[in-house]
Amino acid sequence: MEILMAILIGILFMTATYLMLSKSLLRIIIGTGLLSHGAHLLLLTMGSLKRGAAPLLGEHAEAYVDPLPQALILTAIVISFGVTAFFLVLAYRAYQELGTDNMDRLRGKEGHE
Amino acid sequence: MSLLHLAVLSPLLLALLIPFLHKHFRNIHTGWFLLPLPAVLFGYFLQFISVTRHGDTVMESLPWISSLGIDFSLKIDGLGLLFALLITGIGALVVLYSIYYLSPEKEKLNTFYIYLLLFMGAMLGVVLSDNLIVLYSFWELTSFSSFLLIGYWNHKERSRYGAQKSMLITVFGGLSMLGGILLLYIITGTFSISETIAMSNEVVNHPLFTATLILFLLGAFTKSAQFPFHIWLPDAMEAPTPVSAYLHSATMVKAGIYLVARMTPVFAHSGTWVWLVAGIGVITLFWGSFSAVKQTDLKAILAFSTVSQLGMIMSLLGIGAAALHYGTIKDGYYIVAVTAAVFHLINHATFKGSLFMVTGIIDHETGTRDIRKLGGLMNFMPITFTLAIIGTFSMAGVPPFNGFLSKEMFFTGMLRVAEMDIFSLETWGILFPVIAWSASVFTFLYSMIYVFKTFTGKYQPEKLEKKPHEAPIGMLVSPVILASLVIIFGIFPNVLSHNIISPAMGSILPSLLADGESFDVHISHWHGFSPELFMTLGVIVLGLLLFKTLSKWTGIYRIFPERLSLNHLYDGGLEMIEVASRNITKTYMNGFIRTYLVYIFSFLIFILATTMIYKDAFKLDFSNVAPIRFFEVVLVLIMAVSAITILFAKSRLTSIILLGAVGYTVALFFVIFRAPDLALTQLVIETVSVALFLLAFYHLPQIRRNEERIRFKLTNALISIGVGAIVTLIALSSHSNKMFDSISQYYVENTYKKAGGENMVNVILVDFRGFDTMFEITVLGIAALGIFAMIKLRMTRGKEQE
Repeated sequence: MEILMAILIGILFMTATYLMLSKSLLRIIIGTGLLSHGAHLLLLTMGSLKRGAAPLLGEHAEAYVDPLPQALILTAIVISFGVTAFFLVLAYRAYQELGTDNMDRLRGKEGHE
Repeated sequence: MSLLHLAVLSPLLLALLIPFLHKHFRNIHTGWFLLPLPAVLFGYFLQFISVTRHGDTVMESLPWISSLGIDFSLKIDGLGLLFALLITGIGALVVLYSIYYLSPEKEKLNTFYIYLLLFMGAMLGVVLSDNLIVLYSFWELTSFSSFLLIGYWNHKERSRYGAQKSMLITVFGGLSMLGGILLLYIITGTFSISETIAMSNEVVNHPLFTATLILFLLGAFTKSAQFPFHIWLPDAMEAPTPVSAYLHSATMVKAGIYLVARMTPVFAHSGTWVWLVAGIGVITLFWGSFSAVKQTDLKAILAFSTVSQLGMIMSLLGIGAAALHYGTIKDGYYIVAVTAAVFHLINHATFKGSLFMVTGIIDHETGTRDIRKLGGLMNFMPITFTLAIIGTFSMAGVPPFNGFLSKEMFFTGMLRVAEMDIFSLETWGILFPVIAWSASVFTFLYSMIYVFKTFTGKYQPEKLEKKPHEAPIGMLVSPVILASLVIIFGIFPNVLSHNIISPAMGSILPSLLADGESFDVHISHWHGFSPELFMTLGVIVLGLLLFKTLSKWTGIYRIFPERLSLNHLYDGGLEMIEVASRNITKTYMNGFIRTYLVYIFSFLIFILATTMIYKDAFKLDFSNVAPIRFFEVVLVLIMAVSAITILFAKSRLTSIILLGAVGYTVALFFVIFRAPDLALTQLVIETVSVALFLLAFYHLPQIRRNEERIRFKLTNALISIGVGAIVTLIALSSHSNKMFDSISQYYVENTYKKAGGENMVNVILVDFRGFDTMFEITVLGIAALGIFAMIKLRMTRGKEQE
């Protein structure tokens, strides 16, 4: 399962990178979304998969899966949501004000360095 | 923390109080609060004379970073004490003078005195530190505070230029010196100056010796404005005159002299040291005095004169270092150069300090320092005139002032160079007295120009801004004290010789002394009809002759083209560096976010791949894997297909839906991998995200993909595949290399015991790692504020168009 997940994570990172390198702002945002999915799965996979019960003491199991990556991912999900929301509004407002979402045209003027 | 440490740090501590004092005692000039400090410190340091005159030293150490051999250790010996007395003594006089010079209504006095105190503390630190790293720290602090003081009138373009120039040059030297210090540490294994001196034999024979020596000298030469680094000093004259009097005549520029004197016992056994210090010194001496003659600004004359005099002291130290090779000679035949150096150091501080103050008075009372506008001031300012006469005649080397005595000794030292038979001085040594003598002629000449062009000749009231009159008494006190010292040291030079000069020489040439011995210094006025006397007479006669015929020969200054001058080189070089770095930056900072992402991703691939190869980290281990069930494979496929399809999606809606599909599949994976909290969160968040995307969907334009060229796509594809591959490899390796047990067991065991919760993930979030969660909420808050601000923001440009 871990091997399979590793390949899937690779695919997620690849598509995310490709989208982020494109010129359209919307595609870049979608790219960051995919990137965070990939990162979350990577964290989870690194902590080994399915080695025990869900990390709830009420389960009274012999072994539990690693709770630490889960805590990390929970934080990361929320943060990436914040970033995505921020990005989207940024793109929306930039388009409204400047009339484009093409990154090449959003460079700023010459001399504004 | 000894009293000595407190004394060194006291200026810095007082600097903290200055803003408070300035604010609450508006009607008292801030300078009055300062004045007691240097005066008390001067008294404090004076009592150490009784210690150092017997060749003893005081050492106080305060552990700082002991593990690296860096301790805040202070040492008082003859040399350090001499400088400490100069710094505090001249400091007190300068503060007194500045109280009358700077008007409390017009100037920002609090900042001025803070800078001055910073400088004073830094200087004391430089001359009293026994640890090279501490010395270096204080050394840089003098550069910074000097920068602030030169640029004090920061509304003036020339001030800012001068400040930057001095900063660039002295900090360059400072960094070189740091390199030297580190090399020296490699050789000796200690930062302590006393210990380094004790190991001088090892230093001289080490292969790094020459590099160390040159780096140290770069530090000293830039600070002491030696040729060709002297160009910053004339521009530093933009500083208020009290600053020039303090920093650029008496103290800061002498830090380089101090360094050379201090390091003489370490380096002096090499011919390179003797030749470089003496040679550069004598060139500076000549070039400074030669350039001073053509100046028309009184302060510029003094600036070049300072350059020249510093060169003179430097050359004397260099020659004095050669005396170490005649270790057995006790009669002081060659040592006289060191005596002259120390003596002249004191004399220069007295006469140059008073001359700067006189210049300040002239500037203050007439509104100009241009000698073409000045003239005939003798009748208006008799006291100032007298002070100027004393200062300049001492500088010119005329009896009975102290400058005459040190100038005579200087000639003696130079004449004796020609008699030395080491380092090929027997062939080239004769150049030293020749250059020294001709430089002295120019010294005499500019001294005469300074005093006679200003105070005699035709009075030109129409060119002056104000009607000249004598300065207020407060402004005259300090120069009068300095001028009296000029006369006192001139007539009774031996008040200094045993108390100050001899102990200082003991620190410069310690190896010539046995225990309990000290140099027997005796300075006398009359040596009979010696060559030195005739040299002085020659200087006076030729100098007067040149002064009378000044207008006939000043044309030679125009022969040397401006284009080739060092200043031109500096300005051009600076501009070239700016242009070149801007161009280089432009090549990679092109403003496209994609370019930067390409850099980031390429670097990511590169650094991770090389690390993995270098560390041989890649490992594949199939033994310890979880089983795969059929529907899991289906989920993996769904996810991979959706992710890849996004790349080819033509419409926005499709991409958004596909992204949603990936997100929900992730939630399903969380269920499979036994992470119920994650699954719930992911579901909620994904739903909100998709809603948000759809909201923005109405407003964002259609995705146009046909704009992108093939090559563009190919690079993107290549980088993307690289990133994907490297992440997969890392995921595989991290799964296969389990080097230590997970730390999670701690949480499993303690979740209930310590936090009373049963859901481990929740307990970790709100309890064990509670701060993380708090900051996470902060991040969300910031994002929310940002979004709110963006929605509220209406660009003014848009409004105008409406």
